[in-house]
Amino acid sequence: MPDITRDEVAHLADLARIDLSDAELDHLAPQLAVILDSIASISEVAAGDVPPTSHPLPLTNVFREDVVTPSLTAEQALAGAPEVEEQRFSVPRILGEEQ
Amino acid sequence: MSGSDLTRRTAAELAQALADGETSSVEVTQAHLDRIAEVDGAVHAFLHVDTDGALEQARAADARRAAGSPASALDGVPIAVKDVLATEGLPTTCGSRILEGWLPPYDATVVDRLRRAGLPILGKTNMDEFAMGSSTEHSAYGTTHNPWDLDRIPGGSGGGSAAAVAAFEAPIALGTDTGGSIRQPGAVTGTVGAKPTYGGVSRHGLIALANSLDQVGPVTRTVLDAALLHELVGGHDPLDSTSIDQPVPAVVAAAKEGATGDMSGVRIGVVKELSGEGYQSGVLARFEECVQVLVEAGAEVVEVSCPTFVHALATYYLILPAEASSNLAKFDGMRYGLRVYPEGIDLPSAEETMRATRDKGFGDEVKRRIILGTYALSSGYYDAYYGQAQKVRTLISRDFEAAFAQADVLVSPTAPTTAFKIGEKVDDPLAMYLNDLATIPANLAGVPGISVPSGLADEDGLPAGFQVLAPAMADDRVYKVGAALEALLKDRWGGRLLDRAPELNGAAR
Repeated sequence: MPDITRDEVAHLADLARIDLSDAELDHLAPQLAVILDSIASISEVAAGDVPPTSHPLPLTNVFREDVVTPSLTAEQALAGAPEVEEQRFSVPRILGEEQ
Repeated sequence: MSGSDLTRRTAAELAQALADGETSSVEVTQAHLDRIAEVDGAVHAFLHVDTDGALEQARAADARRAAGSPASALDGVPIAVKDVLATEGLPTTCGSRILEGWLPPYDATVVDRLRRAGLPILGKTNMDEFAMGSSTEHSAYGTTHNPWDLDRIPGGSGGGSAAAVAAFEAPIALGTDTGGSIRQPGAVTGTVGAKPTYGGVSRHGLIALANSLDQVGPVTRTVLDAALLHELVGGHDPLDSTSIDQPVPAVVAAAKEGATGDMSGVRIGVVKELSGEGYQSGVLARFEECVQVLVEAGAEVVEVSCPTFVHALATYYLILPAEASSNLAKFDGMRYGLRVYPEGIDLPSAEETMRATRDKGFGDEVKRRIILGTYALSSGYYDAYYGQAQKVRTLISRDFEAAFAQADVLVSPTAPTTAFKIGEKVDDPLAMYLNDLATIPANLAGVPGISVPSGLADEDGLPAGFQVLAPAMADDRVYKVGAALEALLKDRWGGRLLDRAPELNGAAR
């Protein structure tokens, strides 16, 4: 298992949409390396032809009748929003200025 | 009856006293609210106490009793709820700044079932942020203290629920268990905690940590109380497509049967891989005594081997972060919860706002696990890590199947050690993860488990736990064996373990 570098942690934080400060990167990168090292043993388990388990229950395709049931009102759904405008979630701009 | 008498009673005893008209729900609820006011400054089990709401629900319960139509056997018995479960109109934070002040617009199914059954909700209990941790030290709102020793951790992630019950602030509580978050706090606080079969209790309204591992369950002082609460909240829920559409196993009957102390005909498998190195000697000594007690009660003991269990921790710390990093993507500062605009940027974009919000809103452990999960799922590593972990998960389930062919239940110490000192492991993630060594395999395989107190470790006088595991949907077996051990130990000790916990009366901090 390859070691994880500070740059890689910065890249992963970027993918996960978390701004990490330099101090946080310095702190987290070595800790992640220790954790990854401890779970490296997993690759040594012979499991080539073993089917994967994504879920502990043998359940597939749980359906329900397609009927309308009561749900949240618009007011309830918006009640926790940081910003609301005209009964909608108000969010910061999505596109860059050049787009 | 004085308030302190009422807080010492079990939920089953309180239900009986209410049915007999010996006390009222208002009296019982007020006694617990008084106890919270008295000791929670020191214990900090609660993040929010709903005094008015609980008393209002208690008055309604008393009215139903007076009219001769209680909503359930536990109508009027108060309860505490872990802050990971959505409660309409009551703050629900998951121990995170990112949800500070959030008032859910709906109830989790289990909370809805509590309300329908008439249980007044005392408040919401502390937890590690998004249930990531084994000590509650990762809560953004301060650590919960172990009632046995206020300088020590109460376990986690559900340390708040366990400490509330151990400190007699609530007779019963709800917890959630993803890798041991009900059972390990039970072990280190001298209380009972049960993780039902995966799918046995609805997860609707449980703010997910890892969907394929999470399960809601009871946190109590006795096995019978756990069974009563399990039957009340368990069963199929159309709002959770992973919930099992079958009757709840007869866990109350099993707990009552077990309490007779007769273990004849029960085959108990001691898991070889869940003891030895890494386990504290006093924890092992109590565990071995418990096995002996069960043997004297007629149980047959076999040693079983589950060779893949040694890889359970690694498997878990790939699967859990992978699922958690996906789940926590929804905390983006757009529709609910915290929104933080980045400093020094005019007209920030949604993405820049998201990054700043998640940096400010999440604590260290949550960031560690999101990054770990993102790594495990990233291209180039997916097959080597996540894919391999899913295969090993299958091998762990096969180990369970083989073991259950030789034994009705499997047993082990619940946690490898007793409660450690606050601060000791908070910045050493790996040391923290090792607390869940013995509890994780059950979550990976979806099987039920319970922790009951096994006694106090000689070296530190702190409680340890005895874990019982059973095959999926055989939850009744863990209650039967758990109740038997509880009854047999109570006879030996001449009382309950918690009777030996220090008084916290008026403890100020």
